[in-house]
Amino acid sequence: MSRPSIRDRAWAAALVAPLVLFLVLFFVWPLWTMVTASVVDDAVTKVLPRTAAAMAQWDGNDLPPPAVQTAFAEDLRSAEDQQALGEAVRRLNSAVSGFRTLLSRTVTAAREAADLASLDLAAIDRRWSDPRFWRAIRDAVPPYTDRNLLAALDLKRDASGNITAEDPGTAANRVIMLRTFVIAGTVTLVCALIGLPYAMLAASASGLVRALLLLAVLLPLWTSLLVRTAAWFILLQQEGLINDALMAIGLIDGPLPLIFNRLGVIIAMTHVLLPFMVLPIYSVLIAVPRNLMPAAASLGAGPLRAFWRVLLPLAMPGLMSGCLLVFMVAIGYYITPALVGGANDQMISSVIAFYALGTANWGMAGALGLILLAVTLLLYVVYGRLSRSPQLPGGA
Amino acid sequence: MGAFIAFKNVTKKFGALTVVDNLDLEIAKGEFVSLLGPSGSGKTTLLMMLAGFERPTSGEIFLDGKPITHLPPHRRQMGMVFQNYALFPHMTVAENVAFPLEMQRVPRAEIVRRVERALDMVRLGALKDRKPSQLSGGQQQRVALTRALVFEPDVILMDEPLGALDKQLREHMQLEIRDLHRRLGLTIVFVTHDQSEALTMSDRIAVFNAGKIEQIDTPQMVYDRPRTRFVAEFIGETNLVAGKVVDAGGERAVVRVGDAALSVCGNVQPGRDVSLSLRPERIRLGSTPAAANALPVTVADCIYHGDHMRLVLKSGSLELVARAERLAGDWPVGTEAVASFDPQDCTVLAS
Ligand SMILES: Nc1ncnc2c1ncn2[C@@H]1O[C@H](COP(=O)(O)OP(=O)(O)OP(=O)(O)O)[C@@H](O)[C@H]1O
Ligand SMILES: [Mg+2]
Repeated sequence: MSRPSIRDRAWAAALVAPLVLFLVLFFVWPLWTMVTASVVDDAVTKVLPRTAAAMAQWDGNDLPPPAVQTAFAEDLRSAEDQQALGEAVRRLNSAVSGFRTLLSRTVTAAREAADLASLDLAAIDRRWSDPRFWRAIRDAVPPYTDRNLLAALDLKRDASGNITAEDPGTAANRVIMLRTFVIAGTVTLVCALIGLPYAMLAASASGLVRALLLLAVLLPLWTSLLVRTAAWFILLQQEGLINDALMAIGLIDGPLPLIFNRLGVIIAMTHVLLPFMVLPIYSVLIAVPRNLMPAAASLGAGPLRAFWRVLLPLAMPGLMSGCLLVFMVAIGYYITPALVGGANDQMISSVIAFYALGTANWGMAGALGLILLAVTLLLYVVYGRLSRSPQLPGGA
Repeated sequence: MGAFIAFKNVTKKFGALTVVDNLDLEIAKGEFVSLLGPSGSGKTTLLMMLAGFERPTSGEIFLDGKPITHLPPHRRQMGMVFQNYALFPHMTVAENVAFPLEMQRVPRAEIVRRVERALDMVRLGALKDRKPSQLSGGQQQRVALTRALVFEPDVILMDEPLGALDKQLREHMQLEIRDLHRRLGLTIVFVTHDQSEALTMSDRIAVFNAGKIEQIDTPQMVYDRPRTRFVAEFIGETNLVAGKVVDAGGERAVVRVGDAALSVCGNVQPGRDVSLSLRPERIRLGSTPAAANALPVTVADCIYHGDHMRLVLKSGSLELVARAERLAGDWPVGTEAVASFDPQDCTVLAS
């Protein structure tokens, strides 16, 4: 073999270029945007660059020195971009209300003033003699913030900059995040309990039976998520098929509450995610030599012990990938809980959707997304470690 | 006499296909019996019924006098060695061998001791912490064998255990298994379609054909006194010669083949048409007419085989294959000669 020439290398690079371009455009870039959205907070800096620089001279007590006030007035006078100004006002107003009127009045005064150095802000508006407003500006000028990330975890910084818990009245994210993990964990467990025997059955069957079994799990994958969820809607409702059938055979007297609660969410999500459990286990099991179970039996192992000692350890890599896959997909679920869940079954994605679509708070949406991403990556690393340990076959 | 393993009228059908046909077979304790036959003759099926993985369609199987036909495999105390070994890939060699002992709930300390002793016996002690994938084919084979032996089962079943090994290793393992059989007094049922393997290893060989046992005998008897044409042709090489019985009495008969009257072994009625089985290496070739059992022949072909020559001989319309040692001289094509044999080396087969 000769070393590849530059021409060959160029060819190879050209061949992977579309892939790289695709990844950058649709994966790296959005991810980067999300990360930056959650930590960048430059609405105020952009409009008040001189103020931001001058703020270093102020210790935060009493009122800022005249140099800061002058820099501030200069910034306001030279603020041309109305939209940027509006955003800065919105940002400041969300910290201390009253900024909207305060700033518009001050901007007008700053534009009309002849000599900015002698301009007395407190005379324009009495609020400028209140350090609270100045402190809000000082807190808002650094271009990066951990405010969103902390808020995503129900934390905040108090007046002196220490991290404290959000007051319980407004704190909801931790509860929702915990709920997300509980629902995803339950769905993973149920999928494993159904998926493992199912994959074993499919792997031991042959011909038409195997094809039908696999088709039955794959079919949902080929149907739209919305359609599937809507179908559960019909099946699970009060006068739905399941309740009607259970009442018809006399098992229950009144209809069971199957929808708009946790049970409905778990049933529908399990159905949707089952293929992600069955397929990895199946692919591992069909590679297991057929005569291992007979061998175990001839060595004195009953069916249960043969399963426990031979088949389960061999199926473990598939089971682990299945669980990881289901859990990671499940924690991002949005439509299914929204349609068949109740108010107390909404997951973290619905909070993200609320921030992103409802209030256009991209910072919070990004921060919550980042936390979701961190959990997923963590799980992935743990899985990588586990699958490389010598206990599992295929990891050597 | 109380056979250790007994099949009584066992039939196995898969749908319309009869794979084992009303078969009787008895195996004594400590015996090494080979099941030999062409592909599809039902050897594996018979072994699977003995191990409990298949149920007979009809008939009964007995172990030590007790019917085991409906006993599940894990209660049968039979160690099985599969063709591709069936070692557990996620366990080490030692764990594989310990498996059957753990299933019998043998105390931990004793397991360790017995596994060690068993692995030392097959010289695998040094490899006990390896995974099966890190072993050679022969080593895997020995682990499979050890695993089947270690729990001291009543019977060891082997389904073409040496099929995947190369010739040299196969011959080595044949001797090793034979040696273990002798030393431990094991009862072994061994499936093979390699006749030389069956001949070297077995106490008795059961020759299968289409779900029936054609003959069950010691290796010598199966080779020297084949009972049927199928057995004579399946085991070794033979010349089949058609003739008519002209005289018979006791175990001897005189059969007319062409112009010659040959005296042979076998219990037949005079006047019947029969086949004679004559092994190539039992044909003596000479230049002077012998007194008895001689046929005048011409050498039609001579094929060099290293340690011996294969000669194709013609006598009228009859064609015989003979095997000549190198020392017995040269037989160029076209040589006129006389082929003769001893009466006990030629068997009459009912045709
Ligand atoms: N589970 C089964 N279902 C249907 N037919 C079967 C089954 N098992 C075996 N057979 C058929 O039974 C016949 C005998 O099979 P068996 O495996 O016993 O042969 P064998 O003597 O072991 O052959 P080989 O030397 O090739 O291993 C074959 O024709 C086979 O196709
Ligand atoms: Mg077979």
